[in-house]
Amino acid sequence: MTSSSLARDVAPKLEKVRRSKRGVDTRPLVWPSIGVLLVWMIVPLALTLWFSVLNYNLTDPTSTGFAGFGNYLYLLRDPALATALLNTFLLVGGVLLTTVLLGTLFAVLFDQEFYGQGAARLFVIAPFFVMPTVAALVWKNLLMDPVNGLFAYFARSIGLDPVVWFSDLPLTSVGIIVAWQWVPFATLILLTAMQSLDREQIEAARMDGAKALARFRHVVLPHLARPVTIVVMIETIFLLGIFAEILVTTSGGPGDATTNLPYLVYKTALLQFDIGGGSAGGVIAIVVANVVAFFLVRTVARNLDS
Amino acid sequence: MTKPRTKIVMTFVGWGVAFLIFFPIIWMAITSFKTEIDAVQTPPRLFFTPTLENYTAVGDRVNYFQAVYNSVIESVGSTICCLLLAMPAAYAMSFYPTRKTKDLLMWMLSTKMMPAVGVLVPMYLIFRTTGLLDTKTGIVIIYTLMNLPIVVWMLYSFFREVPKEILEASRMDGAGPGQQLLLLLLPLSLPGVMSTALLSIILSWNEAFWSINLTASNAAPLTQLIASFSSPEGLFWAKLSAASLLAIAPILVFGWLTQRQLVRGLTFGAVK
Repeated sequence: MTSSSLARDVAPKLEKVRRSKRGVDTRPLVWPSIGVLLVWMIVPLALTLWFSVLNYNLTDPTSTGFAGFGNYLYLLRDPALATALLNTFLLVGGVLLTTVLLGTLFAVLFDQEFYGQGAARLFVIAPFFVMPTVAALVWKNLLMDPVNGLFAYFARSIGLDPVVWFSDLPLTSVGIIVAWQWVPFATLILLTAMQSLDREQIEAARMDGAKALARFRHVVLPHLARPVTIVVMIETIFLLGIFAEILVTTSGGPGDATTNLPYLVYKTALLQFDIGGGSAGGVIAIVVANVVAFFLVRTVARNLDS
Repeated sequence: MTKPRTKIVMTFVGWGVAFLIFFPIIWMAITSFKTEIDAVQTPPRLFFTPTLENYTAVGDRVNYFQAVYNSVIESVGSTICCLLLAMPAAYAMSFYPTRKTKDLLMWMLSTKMMPAVGVLVPMYLIFRTTGLLDTKTGIVIIYTLMNLPIVVWMLYSFFREVPKEILEASRMDGAGPGQQLLLLLLPLSLPGVMSTALLSIILSWNEAFWSINLTASNAAPLTQLIASFSSPEGLFWAKLSAASLLAIAPILVFGWLTQRQLVRGLTFGAVK
């Protein structure tokens, strides 16, 4: 490339940059935010990677030196990792399925005209604002307790044996609590999306003789496709990190039955003080999140194009 | 156009669903006014002499007010830090966009994809070394970093709705970026800035990963204090309910006030 063609390429760009700034230097305005986020992205990540290849235990001063892939090999051979991965996927998948199905149903329901619609809608979205530790403890004790809980009372009053939720169905129980918090989120987003649906389209479909189910399938569902994708993406980011609900209800048990990836890392690093092993677990969590994020972003991008 | 009969049926169905979803919160509120003995009765008591003893007990017991104070300082403090960092950035990006602005916003969003647990170990060690463990400063720093991308996105989407001409005119009159931001943009988009601040407060108030792992007593917010009720000796249902209701009430009100703008913030402007 000759210098003149380079100048021809660069000159308009420079001009554009100059014009866009219009005499104002925006760098001091933008850089503080970028700077802190850059540090936040790079420093802990680099440290996690570094620790994950060290022998490093806070309680064992003799455990030092380079471990290579030792921590990873140890983790990969440990059945606890496979269990934690499986639990993570079951929890994310189960909650996603429940929240999207119920959220769509409720969004359609609360989009109908009825008395006190606005107030009823406030009650439906309320659980989303309940902090995770409160949600988990209220469900675990007041509702799901096998002796004094409300569900046990209902079960006994119709002649059934009460379910011992956290021993018999531990992962499902945690899933129910988490779903209770996220159904309102899906409902809120999808309801907002429903309200931007063109009423005339539905009316036209009705005129053409389309039954309610057909209207839902051919008019409402296509309209909701994009918001549903967004709900799935945002919920996945948060659901991959479920932690407090597990800590206060089951502490990952019984056995490893409710240990997901975040809880496994917490247990390894902060309860067993194995910094190297915990970091290796952290790296695996990052890889999983990025693989999921990659596919989600691709799906969303495709959805945005169409 | 809805037929009256359909409307009445829908009213029953709609309120039925609303009641079922909201029920755990109602049940918690009822339990908080029972004595500990009434609270564990089977069959559950619907009629009982209400008592306020749990609320006074919560005040006396444990460092409850300390936790409320910590929650307020940590959520409001981090929100102020977020706004101070994000407002200039959102102003620059919405009024002086460059070719890199879109990429920059996407990159900020991508920092939210990083799972907290992936950096738990180094953050714990950094906090331990620098003495930030169990301090409010430490938690404010973490929450600021956690919410900054969402706050920038939300402010950016609100600022873009302000007509450019107004700012152009003020610039002709010689107003610098600071004056434009404080005297024009802030008042013009105040509802948007307020709902951004409220979302940031809600997210920090309910955060329960970093607070549980990085605080113990001095800086423990409500999420962490309530978690301590899970130990067997802390298991008093009525007191748990009273403490829980007090902990969620303010945020519930904030959430109800901002529900519409919240959708925009939570979906990064993708659903309005």
